[in-house]
Amino acid sequence: MAVTAVSGVGARPVPRLRRLEDERWLAMALLLPTAVLLGLFIAYPFFEGVLLSLKSTRVGQPGEFIGLKNFEKIWNDSIFRTTVWNTFWYTGVTTVFKLALGLWLAILLNRHFRGKALIRAFILLPFIIPTVLSTFAWKWMFDPTFSVINWTLFQLGIITQRINWLGDPDLAMTSIIIINIWRGVPFFAITLLAGLQTISPELHEAAAIDGARPWQRFWHVTWPLLMPVTLVVVLFSVIQTFADFQLVYVMTGGGPANATHLFATYAYQLGIGTGLLSEGAAISLAMFPFLFIIVVVQLLYIRRVETR
Amino acid sequence: MAKTKRRSVLKLAGGTAAVSLGGLAGILATGRTPAYAQQRTVHWLKWVDFVPATDQMFRRELMPEAEKALGVKMNLETVNGNDLQPRITAGIQSGAGPDLIMSFNSYTHLYANSVVDVGAIAEEVGKREGGIYKYAQAICSDGKGVYMGMPWAVIGGMIAYRKSWLAEVGANKFPETWEEYRDVGKKLKAKGRPFGQTLGHTFGDAPGFTYPYLWSWGGKEVEADGKTVVLNTKGTVDSVKFMQGLWKDAMDEGGLAWDDTNNNRAFLSQTISATLNGASIYIESLRRPEQYKTADGKPLNTDILHAPLPKGPGGQYGFHLLQSNMLMKYSKNQDAAKEFLKWLHQEANYRKFFESQKGFATPCTVKWESDKLWDVDPVMTPYKVAAKLGQAPGFAGPPNAKAQEGLSKYIITDMYAKAVQGMPAEDAVKWAEGELKKIYGA
Repeated sequence: MAVTAVSGVGARPVPRLRRLEDERWLAMALLLPTAVLLGLFIAYPFFEGVLLSLKSTRVGQPGEFIGLKNFEKIWNDSIFRTTVWNTFWYTGVTTVFKLALGLWLAILLNRHFRGKALIRAFILLPFIIPTVLSTFAWKWMFDPTFSVINWTLFQLGIITQRINWLGDPDLAMTSIIIINIWRGVPFFAITLLAGLQTISPELHEAAAIDGARPWQRFWHVTWPLLMPVTLVVVLFSVIQTFADFQLVYVMTGGGPANATHLFATYAYQLGIGTGLLSEGAAISLAMFPFLFIIVVVQLLYIRRVETR
Repeated sequence: MAKTKRRSVLKLAGGTAAVSLGGLAGILATGRTPAYAQQRTVHWLKWVDFVPATDQMFRRELMPEAEKALGVKMNLETVNGNDLQPRITAGIQSGAGPDLIMSFNSYTHLYANSVVDVGAIAEEVGKREGGIYKYAQAICSDGKGVYMGMPWAVIGGMIAYRKSWLAEVGANKFPETWEEYRDVGKKLKAKGRPFGQTLGHTFGDAPGFTYPYLWSWGGKEVEADGKTVVLNTKGTVDSVKFMQGLWKDAMDEGGLAWDDTNNNRAFLSQTISATLNGASIYIESLRRPEQYKTADGKPLNTDILHAPLPKGPGGQYGFHLLQSNMLMKYSKNQDAAKEFLKWLHQEANYRKFFESQKGFATPCTVKWESDKLWDVDPVMTPYKVAAKLGQAPGFAGPPNAKAQEGLSKYIITDMYAKAVQGMPAEDAVKWAEGELKKIYGA
C-alpha cells in the first residue's frame, strides 16, 4: 500500500525538475553560469578581437574587411620585430631568475626559525602592492638625474659617472627585467613553499639514513616531487609576463627608441595612441600563437610528469 | 504596545504602490522626465594644467559662473596630458563620454569623423579678436571652414636657460646658431652643467625639439602634396650627424629616458643649464622663490631667461603644443556644450584663464599679442609670438591624420634617439623614411 502511494501520480516531481535527475542535464545546468561568463567575457571579446584584426578599423571609422593585410603589415614592421624579440627576451630571462630565486627563497622559508610567519608575510609585499605604484617607486630609483642607486654607487666609490639606467637601450631592458623579477619572486616563493610543505619529511629522513647528502636529497627527492607545482607556476608566470603592460608603460613607455616595447605596449601605442585599432588588435593577436604553443607544450609536459 | 493588524499593513502597502504607480503614470502621461533629470550637463575633459592656479580658478570661479550664466551643470575633469588619447578613443568607440575633450596638436584631424563642426564659433571669435593664427587654423580646421576643434591656446616651447652660468663661459646672450649652441654647451658640460633635452616617448618636449631641429636643417617629412616622403636628404642626414656630436659634447645623456617633467626637475635642482620647455620651470621658480635659490643665495627666478631654438642652415623654427577643444559627435548635450564654448571664449571669461597662466599659454587669436600682460614680466615676453611662429608636424604637407600618426609613433624623435645610441646617421634616416613611407603610402 505504502509503495503504491510513493510511486503514485500525486507524489511525482514535475517533469521539468525530473530532467535534472539525469546527470547530463544536471551537469549542463551547473556549468551554464560559468559557460555564460566565459563566453561573455572571454570568448566574445576574443572573437571580436579576431574580427577587428581582419578589418581596417580606425577610431571613429568602422573600416572594411581586408583579410590578413594587417598581419602582413606588422610582419614587415621593424618595430614589431623588435617587440617580438624584446618580449621573448624579457619573458625568458625573468622566468629563469624568478624560478631560481623563488625556489631558493622557498627552501629557506621552509626551515624553522623565529618570526617565520612575519617574514613570510613580508616576502609577499612586492606582489601585493599595486604594480603601478611600486613601478613609480622604481622609476625614481632609476631616474636619470636623481637615481638613488647611482647615488649609492657613487658614494661607495664604485662609479664615477652616472649610469644611464633608462636611457641606454640594454640597461633600460635590464632595469625592467630587474623590476619584473622583484615583483614576481614572491609568487614563485610562496607557491613553491606550499609545494614543499606537501613533501613528507619521512622521505628526506629515509634518504638521509641511506646516506644521501643534502644536494642529492634535493635533486632526487625534493625536485621531482615539486615538479608538477613548479610547472604550473612557470606556466602562469610565462603567460602573465608575456602579456605584461603596466610595468613597461610606466617605466619607459616602450622607449628609448622602442628598445623596451612588448606586445601589449606596442599594441596600445598603435591602437589607442595612433587610433589604428585593427593594427593594434593584430599585434595583440600575434601574441596568441606564441602563447598557445608555450601553453600546450607545458600542459603536455605536466600531464607526462603527473602520470609518471 | 499597539498591535499592527495584517489589514492595516496591506492598506499601507497598497497605498504606497498606488501613489508610486500614479506618479509613474503621471510622468509617462506628460512624456517628460522628472525635473531632476532635466538639468543639462556639460562634461569637459582637459589636461591637468602645468600651472596649478589655472585649474583652481576654473573650479572655484569660472565653472560656477558658467553654471549660473547658462543654466547648465558643469562637470570639469582633468587628466594627465598623456592620458587624453585613451579617453578620446574609449569615448568614440563606446559612444559615451565627456562632451568636450581637449585635443593636443592634430588629434583634431585624427578624430575628424567623430567630432562636431564648431566653425561658427571659431569664425565669430576670430572676427571679434583680429583673426585666428594660421598655425591654429591649419591644426584645427580642414581649410574649408570646418573646425574639428575650437582653438584654445598654444603652450609655447622656448629654451629656459641660466643667465649667469652661460655668462661664466663667455656667452652673454643665448646662442643663435646650432654651432654656437654646441660650443657653449661643450664648455658648460665640462663644468658639469650640460644642456638637457628629452629624446624619449613623451608628448611635449621631445617632438617640440626634434621637429623644429629637423626643419632648421632643411629636412622635412613630406612634400607639400602630403604624399611624397622626402625625409632622406642631405639636410636630414647632416642634422642627425650633428645631433650625434651635440649629444655627446653638450647634452645630459640621461635625456633619452626623460618625460615632460624630468627636465623641469633637473633644471630646478640645478643639474642642467638650459632646456626646451613651456614656461613652467620659470613659473614654478616664481611660485617658490625661497625654495629655489642660486649658489649665492639669490632667487633662482632672477637667473632664468627664455630664448627660441637656435637657427640652422634651413632657418629657425618652433613647434608648440596647440590645444583645442573638440565637441564630440556622440555627445547628447551638443547645444549646451556649444553655448558653453561661446561663453568661455567671451573676452571677460577667457581673460581669467589667460591671466592665470601668466604667459604660459598663448591665445590663438591676434588680439592678445598686444595685451598688457606681456609687458608685466619681460622674461615671459618671448612667448607672446609662439602661436604666430609655430609650424606643425607633417610639414611641408598639411598637419593631417597621417602627420599625427607619424608624431604619435615618435618616428622623428626615434630617428635621433637611435643615432645618438650609436646607429649610423644614414641608417637612422633610412629607417625613419621607411616608417614614414608606410604611413604616407597607406
